[in-house]
Amino acid sequence: MAQNNDSIGKTFTVIGGLCLVCSILVSGAAVGLRPLQDAAKARDRQVNILTVAGLPTVSVAKTYQQHIEARLVDLDTGRFVEAEDADSYDLRRAAKDPATSIALTPEEDVAGIRRRAKLAPVYLSRDEQGQVQSVILPIYGQGLWSTMYAFIAVATDGNTVQGITYYDHGETPGLGGEVENPRWQALWKGKELYDEDGQMALTVIKGHAEASEHFKVDGLSGATLTSKGVQHTISFWMGPKGYGPFLSELRKGVLSHG
Amino acid sequence: MAEKLTVKKVLFGPVLGNNPIALQVLGICSALAVTSKMETAFVMALAVTAVTAFSNLFISMIRNHIPNSVRIIAQMAIIASLVIVVDQLLRAFSYELSKQLSVFVGLIITNCIVMGRAEAFAMKSPPFISFLDGIGNGLGYGFILLLLGTVREIFGSGSWFGIPLMTTVNNGGWYIPNGMLLMPPSAFFLIGLFIWVLRTLKPEQQEPKE
Repeated sequence: MAQNNDSIGKTFTVIGGLCLVCSILVSGAAVGLRPLQDAAKARDRQVNILTVAGLPTVSVAKTYQQHIEARLVDLDTGRFVEAEDADSYDLRRAAKDPATSIALTPEEDVAGIRRRAKLAPVYLSRDEQGQVQSVILPIYGQGLWSTMYAFIAVATDGNTVQGITYYDHGETPGLGGEVENPRWQALWKGKELYDEDGQMALTVIKGHAEASEHFKVDGLSGATLTSKGVQHTISFWMGPKGYGPFLSELRKGVLSHG
Repeated sequence: MAEKLTVKKVLFGPVLGNNPIALQVLGICSALAVTSKMETAFVMALAVTAVTAFSNLFISMIRNHIPNSVRIIAQMAIIASLVIVVDQLLRAFSYELSKQLSVFVGLIITNCIVMGRAEAFAMKSPPFISFLDGIGNGLGYGFILLLLGTVREIFGSGSWFGIPLMTTVNNGGWYIPNGMLLMPPSAFFLIGLFIWVLRTLKPEQQEPKE
């Protein structure tokens, strides 16, 4: 190797040039691919919402446009908030920003999420006649290894679960990762969230729950801690600090009169 | 390297003869992490092959200008840039998979195979043959990954590339999946067994007794 390669001047020139080329490459890729990435992300979310609503996922954008309406809800009052950009509202980002979120005390924070956004999106799923069939709520909470993200579809009675879809998690494949299993997710259909006193009553149990047991869902075998995480997520988001107020508004019939 | 480097040797040598995982024992970390499913193993193999090939190519192209004192940093800059580009591409065109691979794509930067080949081969060889060496080592790495993925997914989840082969108990079938195969340590045992078989078949790979 030539001696002058190691001179100070050459070292700085080569490294400087290399860094310049590399940074152009990296920023070019990041900026150039941004629109495609955003589209992929949006599509992914739409597919998940359509899945939990039980709608076909063939022509995603079109079906989504026809059947799904995004609204924002003030979680404290449980009332709708008028907003232009409900469909692009980013719950995760809002939960991180102190201006748009509240801190949870350790007692309140059963799901292990530390901060909760003030506003949360809800997605209304309508049938062909424009009647709201179900309300889809984004929920998340700590599992064993990771934060697990899901959508849960609740019927317009604000009580009956119509479906659940876990779409993002880092649990052990085959054990906790079975939260993704459509067979397990199908067990949630028809379960009820609240008992007669309006208390959150749905529990994830160990062992088998009959379809007639409305307040019990099978846990995942071999994944006790993930199942607990699911329980905590549901308890938190269906409780008073989560969508509780909104669901009680829903039971009063807020959808039928605006 | 005294023997003549033929294209075939550079390209297919690393698959069995000079396998980066089995003989050079590089890149074990990601081989444990991404092989519980075929799909992730396959994409990871492609990503590592692409990164190794192109980093070898670029490093070899400028090998006569890289100052010796900072050569590792120069190699890292090229490798890191390539990995970021691959990660961005995955996010744009295969969002589902990029979520599953998550941090492991970023960790290709620290995959010893990429760095090892850059330092051991590309710094001393012309661009074209370096590029092939990168592809060859990627193939060797991918071969092990797919092998591990096959065993782990079939016996751990009863499927292959997500296609159910044996219906598991969770899905109402008969097969009780072997949970251990889904855990990273199982890949250690499998790699160990593979190295054993390989070195029995090719005794020249055995290390001399000290």
